[in-house]
Amino acid sequence: MSVEEKVIEIIVEKLNVSRDQVKPEASFIDDLGADSLDLVELVMAMEEAFGMEISDEEAEKLRTVKDVIDYVKSKVGE
Amino acid sequence: MKLDLAGKVALVTGASRGIGRAIALALAEAGAKVGVNYAASSEAAEEVVSRIKKAGGEALAVRFDVSQAGEVLEGVQKLKETLGPVDILVNNAGITKDTLLLRMKEEDWEAVLAVNLKGAFLCTKAVLQGMMKRRFGRIINISSVIAFSGNVGQTNYAASKAALIGFTKSLAREVASRGITVNAVAPGFIETDMTAKIPEKIKETLVSQIPLGRVGKPEEVSPAVVFLASEAASYITGQVIHVNGGIYM
Repeated sequence: MSVEEKVIEIIVEKLNVSRDQVKPEASFIDDLGADSLDLVELVMAMEEAFGMEISDEEAEKLRTVKDVIDYVKSKVGE
Repeated sequence: MKLDLAGKVALVTGASRGIGRAIALALAEAGAKVGVNYAASSEAAEEVVSRIKKAGGEALAVRFDVSQAGEVLEGVQKLKETLGPVDILVNNAGITKDTLLLRMKEEDWEAVLAVNLKGAFLCTKAVLQGMMKRRFGRIINISSVIAFSGNVGQTNYAASKAALIGFTKSLAREVASRGITVNAVAPGFIETDMTAKIPEKIKETLVSQIPLGRVGKPEEVSPAVVFLASEAASYITGQVIHVNGGIYM
C-alpha cells in the first residue's frame, strides 16, 4: 500500500468519513468535521502507522489531507 | 437508580488497603471487573482479589508503581489482556511524607507529588485513548479535604491533592465530547493505615471539629465512587464530591 493510500485509510477510519470525502484539498476541521481531539488522535495514529514522531509545532501545520500526505512522504520517503 | 456496573472494567490504583480497597470491593459488588493495583502489599492485594472472587466477581491484582510510566503501561496492558480495556479509572494511590515545610526535604516533596499527582497523569494517559475510542469512560480522582482546608505538616500532600482538582476540571473539559466524565472525591478524616499514624491527641482535636462527631470509614467513601462510575452520574463532570462528615463545607 502506498503512503498516500495508507494516510487516506487512517483518515477515513479515525474521522469516520467516507473515502470520497477525503480529497487532497479537504481541510480536517472545515470539510471533514474534525475537532482538536480528533486531530491529536489522527497525529498519534500517523506516528504509530509510520513509526515516527510528529512534534506539536509540525502537527499544527497539518491542516489538509495533502499536508499530511506530503509531510509523511517527506519523512519516510517514497 | 441504576448503579449496575456489569460488563465494565475498573482499575483502582492503591487498592490493597484503606479507601482504595473499599472502592475496589464496592465496584466489584456493583458488577465491575476490577484491576486491583498495588505497589508493595501483594498479600493484601491478593486478599482483595480473593474476596471479590469468592463473592462471584472477577478481579486481578496488578503490581506497578504509578509514578513509573513504563510500569503503568505494562500493568494496564496486562489488565487489558485479562479483564479487558479499562472503562473506569480510579486514581486513588497516595502517600504522605508529613513534616513542616522548614524541615521538608526535596525528596519528601518529590515523592509525594510523584505518586499522588504524576501517578494520576500517567495512569490516565495509559487508559484515555481506549476510552476515547469507545466513547465511554469514567475517571475518578481521589483528592482530600486537605486540598481545600490545608493542614500543618502537609504542604506537599495538600499541593498534590489540590492539583488533582485542577487536573480533574481541565481533563473534564478536554474529553467531555467523547462521553468521558472526570470527577473527584475528596474524603475527610477516614480510618485507614494512613491516618493511623496521626497521634491520638491530634486525632481527638480533629474529631471535635467534625460535625458528624466521628471519623469516617472507607466504606463510607466508596459509594460516592460507585455513583460517579455509574450510568446515574452521566451528566456530572468536573465536580468534587466531599465525603468528610461536614468538617469542610
